[in-house]
Amino acid sequence: MDDRPDPDELLERIQSDEVRSRRGRLKIFFGSAPGVGKTYAMLEAARSRRSEGVDVVAGWVETHGRRETEALLEGLERIPPRVLSYKGKQLAEFDLDAALDRGPALVLLDELAHTNAPGSRHAKRWQDAQELLSAGIGVYTTLNVQHLESLHEAVAQVTGISISERVPDTAFEEADEVELVDLTADDLILRLKEGKVYFPQLAERALENFFRPGNLIALREMALRKTADRVDVQMERYRKDHAVSEPWPAKERILVCLGASPYGQHLVRSARSLAARLRADWIGLYVETSSHDRIPPADREQLQRTLRLVEQLGGKAVTLSAENTVEEILTFARSRNVTKILLGKPPRAGWWRLSRRRFVEGLIRESEGVDIYVLGGTAHERLERLHRFRRPERRSWRPYAKAAAVVALSAVASGLLSPFVEPTNLAMVFLLGVILVATRLGTGPSVLASVLSVALFDFVFVPPHLTFRVSDSQYLITFSVMLAVALLTSNLAARVRREARRAREAQRRTEAMAELTMDLARARDARAVADVAVRHLSGRYGLPSAVFLPFPDAPIETVSSSDASFAYRASEMAVVKWVLQRGLPAGQDTDTLPGSEALYLPLKASGEVLGVLGARLPKDRVEEPSEVRHRIEAASNQTALALERALLAERARKAQMDAESERLRSDLLSSLSHDFRTPLASIVGASSSIADGNLKPEEVRELAQSVYDESLRLSRFVANLLDMTRLQAGSLVLNREPQPLEEVIGAALDRVRNRLEGREILLDLPESLPMVSIDARLVEHLFINLFENVARHAPKSPVEIRATASEGRVTVTVADRGPGLPKGAESHVFEKFYRASERVEGAGLGLAICRAVAEAHGGAIRGVNRPEGGAAFVVELPEAGLPPPDPPPRPPGAHS
Amino acid sequence: MSPTLPLVLLIEDEPGIRRFLRVTLSSSGFRVAEASCGEDGMKRAAADRPDLVILDLGLPDRDGMEVIRDLREWTAVPILVLTARESERAKVEALDAGADDYLTKPFGAAELLARLRVALRHALRANAPQEPVFTTGDLRIDLGARVVTVADREVHLTPIEFRLLVTLAKHAGKVLTHRQLLNAGWGPEYDFQAHYLRVYMAQLRRKIEDSPANPRYLRTEPGVGYRLVFEG
Repeated sequence: MDDRPDPDELLERIQSDEVRSRRGRLKIFFGSAPGVGKTYAMLEAARSRRSEGVDVVAGWVETHGRRETEALLEGLERIPPRVLSYKGKQLAEFDLDAALDRGPALVLLDELAHTNAPGSRHAKRWQDAQELLSAGIGVYTTLNVQHLESLHEAVAQVTGISISERVPDTAFEEADEVELVDLTADDLILRLKEGKVYFPQLAERALENFFRPGNLIALREMALRKTADRVDVQMERYRKDHAVSEPWPAKERILVCLGASPYGQHLVRSARSLAARLRADWIGLYVETSSHDRIPPADREQLQRTLRLVEQLGGKAVTLSAENTVEEILTFARSRNVTKILLGKPPRAGWWRLSRRRFVEGLIRESEGVDIYVLGGTAHERLERLHRFRRPERRSWRPYAKAAAVVALSAVASGLLSPFVEPTNLAMVFLLGVILVATRLGTGPSVLASVLSVALFDFVFVPPHLTFRVSDSQYLITFSVMLAVALLTSNLAARVRREARRAREAQRRTEAMAELTMDLARARDARAVADVAVRHLSGRYGLPSAVFLPFPDAPIETVSSSDASFAYRASEMAVVKWVLQRGLPAGQDTDTLPGSEALYLPLKASGEVLGVLGARLPKDRVEEPSEVRHRIEAASNQTALALERALLAERARKAQMDAESERLRSDLLSSLSHDFRTPLASIVGASSSIADGNLKPEEVRELAQSVYDESLRLSRFVANLLDMTRLQAGSLVLNREPQPLEEVIGAALDRVRNRLEGREILLDLPESLPMVSIDARLVEHLFINLFENVARHAPKSPVEIRATASEGRVTVTVADRGPGLPKGAESHVFEKFYRASERVEGAGLGLAICRAVAEAHGGAIRGVNRPEGGAAFVVELPEAGLPPPDPPPRPPGAHS
Repeated sequence: MSPTLPLVLLIEDEPGIRRFLRVTLSSSGFRVAEASCGEDGMKRAAADRPDLVILDLGLPDRDGMEVIRDLREWTAVPILVLTARESERAKVEALDAGADDYLTKPFGAAELLARLRVALRHALRANAPQEPVFTTGDLRIDLGARVVTVADREVHLTPIEFRLLVTLAKHAGKVLTHRQLLNAGWGPEYDFQAHYLRVYMAQLRRKIEDSPANPRYLRTEPGVGYRLVFEG
């Protein structure tokens, strides 16, 4: 036996500890019945915490008019109740938002099992408590044993009173501390009689019903045992954490087989308590057979509730699809090392009792090494089953009419054949008709066809003709066979049809899922992912949907939504926000804000809520809501994963960009210090000499010229920096227009005329050159920078400018006969702050701007060394794509 | 200072630039009045009746465009606007609002004085009758005979080309915006079709320039418009 803690389990525990440290602490004052003094104990504890300096606030305390309790409440800060009006009544409720806003260290919240008034955020108070805990606020609360989900049934059996207010066991088990407030049954009854629990007249009634000694003793035992179980679990955890080396029994695993019956919930609770006692894992299994489609919708919902209960109680819910239930269950059980299987006892009545019994017996017979437990249902549930309304199936008369028509045809055929064949063979003709009806029209019509066939056959073709007298018993056999064939065939045909439909549906589901997965894989960023998810839900399933993503320092954004009618109001956005913060589903079909317009699911991956998927469930539910929800959940899981991938990619990209911009920043700083300081030094020096006024006129002129030149140099540098910044910021909008190339080049040459003074400028721009689609000002700068580059690096060299056009692009070459580009650096010259040599002026921005401009236009630039010596820069720009426009008509009356 | 010297009103909030302009202008034969904000500038313009206004578009108190429009409501005084480098749109807007020309910061004294003189000459000539023949360099336009020659070689122009050239010549040395030229060539309904203009200007250049990509007469002001260079 491995005595080290299982690493997976340890990791899970560490994670849940981590979550817990951020969460507030939950303490439950747990009791067996009302009146044992839970609220009193809670208030006493709260007062002592307050005296320790803890910020305690009473969120909701029920004093039931008990004086001692009220005295304890005095001096504690209270959160005023929220008053809701519901159907004309004023209902006071705990004000969750006020408590969250107040943000104390500890909130007292009595009666954890309380059901909130309609219109509250959560259906149940324990959900309020959960939200407080998530916000890091501690909660003291009270709870009676009969409100625990897993015990509710046992309590109902003992006391005969069914409790509707229930708290899931997880809420109890997640408590950091449980304090049992214990009182013996006799003491409690005494307190009741003294009027310390209820007002006298109420106490009278209570004594007769709930507070009978038998009940109280049983409840007390349950409370004690529940607390003891908790201690056990804690002990076990301690042992595991500390790897106490004591042999533990091999881990038990329990499988509970569920069906679409109300037994399910009972079975689930039993399985859970057995599992808890054995410290075993447990699995709830439903095997879907071809008869699944025949289950009435109400039962199917029941089944979904049962499966959900499994998960609520900490088990794992599994649905398998197979024809042979027994085999499937056992295969599954073996694959999961299940040691015990729980089944519901077959009902005493009902026509399917037989098959059910066969199933149970088959399971027992085949289950080598696995214990089988068969549990009975409760009287209550049997009643429920009997009273359940059975929805009549909608019947159409059409198939029956068709069946009759087929029989009539058989009769006609038989009539035509009768002179030539034996009556027995005529029966075959009728049989053919019956089989036809059975395969196509279902059971009812095929029975009708059998009856009609035999009747007609007997009446018309069996002597004595035109009477119903069956002279020969063999025709009874004919009838039986026909009926049997009809029933068998119609059943077989129906099953084949169902199988086919199920297969089609399964295929459709798989295809949809595969398509979604593929589309999601293709989505590059979070927005694309959101679009895919919305398209999937709205396109495939007609569910109006939307995806909401949080952006830092910005309101939550509706990134994608399927149609404009999916109007989200502020109140809906509040739900979205809640889901984002809590990472739990809310809205339609949930217990949290069920009045919302849609179901909102958190898009969670790696424990992080990345966004929210909203989908409006259809009002007229053609399909089962659970199936629709299942689909949405499946889509949301896929979307969350894709979203995580996209966000990680974005983060990686951003990190890279940050590193890049960090490098650029340092390059920029060093460049600034050089390129600003050098001309500034000349300017300051020269101008200060001039200001001194002791210079000869020609010296003044010389210095002034230097100030002028250096200033221009600074000016060019600033212009380049500005250009670069604008191009990089991505905010630049190109103002593209068709332009003649020579115009732009001409303007650029004009601007650098002084710098190219005395050089030969060789221009070769064919007249046939098409216009280019460019932002004239930016491309002018591109050429200015290229010309200045020539001026700087190729002194005295002529400038050659050539242009050619081909395939929608105009290629301009600016060449010189200077020293050329440094070997191997032909592409580096376009990098920011690249400088061919330290001696040359310029910040190394000019060519980087050229490249940025060319690329912004969808063009390109490259630098090459000419074979005959010198550098050449080749710029490609897109053609304007439209022929030079025809001259517009001369406006009438225009003067010339 | 002689009262006959032209008076230039300087509306500019930067003291450094004001000083540079004041020194340059007064040493070049102008009188200078100064205002450091738009409000003050409007008052001085009304009180001093300057011969020319130099207006910075980036004033602290008022939008430069507004100042131009307000001035244009009552005076035809030439307005020269000073702009930062990156605002072609502002330049065009200012010119369309009625400014006569612009200078992009930073600019040198020579450029400033050249623009100033062109603007003043146009203001003086505004009331004088149109001269029948315009000449700059080798380019000669005979308005009466509708004949254009370059270095005594006759150039054949289409009516629209001719109209464009004449409009540029009338404002020789001054920049004309695309809108102003389109208005002159085709009428106001075509003022958004800048590419018509580019095509015609390209044709015109091929006819009158030796090297259209290195033009001597028809300069392009990218993003703003065209200017016919006046070689006095």
